[in-house]
Amino acid sequence: MPAPAMVIVGAGECGTRAAFTLREEGWDGRIIVVGAELAPPYERPPLSKTWEFKPLCDDGMLWEADITLLCGVEATGLDVAAHALELADGRRLEYRSLLLATGARARRLPVGGTRVHVLRTCDDAAALRARLAPSTRVGVIGGGFIGLELASSAVALGCAVTVVELGPRLMGRVVPARIAATVARRHVAAGIDVRCGTGVTGLARVDSGVAIALAGGERIEADVVVAGVGAVPEISLAASAGIETGDGIVVDSRFATSAQDVFAAGDCCCYPHPLYDGRQLRLESWRAAQEHGTAAARAMLGAAEPYAGVPWFWSDQHDLSLQVAGLADAAAGEVVRVRPDGVEIWFGLDANGRLVAAAGVGPGNAVARDIRLAEMLIARRAAPDPMMLADPAVALKSLSARQWPRSAIHAPL
Amino acid sequence: MAHWIAACQADDIDPEDVIPFEYDGSDYAIYRSPDDVYYATDGHCTHEKTLLCDGLVMDGIIECPKHNGRFNYTSGKALGAPVLVDIRTYPVKVVNDTIYFEVS
Repeated sequence: MPAPAMVIVGAGECGTRAAFTLREEGWDGRIIVVGAELAPPYERPPLSKTWEFKPLCDDGMLWEADITLLCGVEATGLDVAAHALELADGRRLEYRSLLLATGARARRLPVGGTRVHVLRTCDDAAALRARLAPSTRVGVIGGGFIGLELASSAVALGCAVTVVELGPRLMGRVVPARIAATVARRHVAAGIDVRCGTGVTGLARVDSGVAIALAGGERIEADVVVAGVGAVPEISLAASAGIETGDGIVVDSRFATSAQDVFAAGDCCCYPHPLYDGRQLRLESWRAAQEHGTAAARAMLGAAEPYAGVPWFWSDQHDLSLQVAGLADAAAGEVVRVRPDGVEIWFGLDANGRLVAAAGVGPGNAVARDIRLAEMLIARRAAPDPMMLADPAVALKSLSARQWPRSAIHAPL
Repeated sequence: MAHWIAACQADDIDPEDVIPFEYDGSDYAIYRSPDDVYYATDGHCTHEKTLLCDGLVMDGIIECPKHNGRFNYTSGKALGAPVLVDIRTYPVKVVNDTIYFEVS
């Protein structure tokens, strides 16, 4: 009987990063990663931007780190008292510690059919890509990151795209209005028909494709419909084992669940954030998935340090790259810096003047540096002078806390 | 054959900053440290082909603007995942306020 292993459910960004971190941090026992998808670990962000399948690691890296990867296997049961995970193929894995990095699944519309797509997995991307050609009519339901990235990618292929968003504006959940407006103008300039404040009342199969019925009574026709209406955390395995869940698997600030030796991290977990008064966050973010994976692996090995990484999101749409650090909805006031190159950087301050969020959009990586500096200020709970924030002549670096974030994915400097 | 290339004037770069420089179809990054020492590296991150010149320069480090990989720009040393491969550095000299770097 081999010694109990470190077992990870989920072979995405978070689970894979956790597996490698366990080895890097000195765990010398077995590491087993169980992935429901048939594909080996890959990056999700490129799927909606370039359709590219980009592996997270290769066989050599897994071999060298002595990580056992089981692909295409569903975890079907969890016995927390016995410290055992049951797999669909009948195997039973005993664990020393278990990490649930089960991610999220694309929320689906109540109606389906072969022409109604979602995008979460590489299979989703391949199926959708196969439907797109010049002048294909694409109806995107949902004006969030996924919907808008797909709209941009589809237009680049010559498709005719309509985006329908229920909310009053695009990307209402994490992007401040002013920055979202810049992005919206770019979509319109690219020829995309953007309709905000518009609900969808029904989809119907018609001879020429799919008819999308809008709340105002209008009907638009599309050859392909893509639903980008959010994601639902994969919590069923945890819930079936009696682990506390809500909007995600509930964990503490070191990713421990309510069950002994069971951790959860990435898109599937909700955790209290010390920078935002302990508010419970559930993030769907590439960087958070990586950092959670690293931090959770350390916690599995006994580290007590709470995780306090600043939330960070990015999106590429057309020739623009958008970045957001912190939580825009935590802001009570805002300051905008208009740079000489025309790029706007938005800063969100709370009622005490503390910087809680920053966002910007520009060509290429034009906003990366400013957002990175803002992130350092957010991490240090700084309350910079709003006049200085607004003044493009004041170098943000002179305001910043001048301390590289202890980004969990980096080796100590 | 190694030769020196004039990249910019000393004042073209702010202290503790970086500018891009293109020569013969290749991208380079030219740095000025806080104490006015100049350095040169390849222009692209070794992780993916992202231009480093949009990244943040601080404490002897350049950070890739895309995935936050960090390099010591004086030595080229990669400082941990996601960057695992060091970045190439080039000798630099300053003559009459012009910054030159040597390529071979």
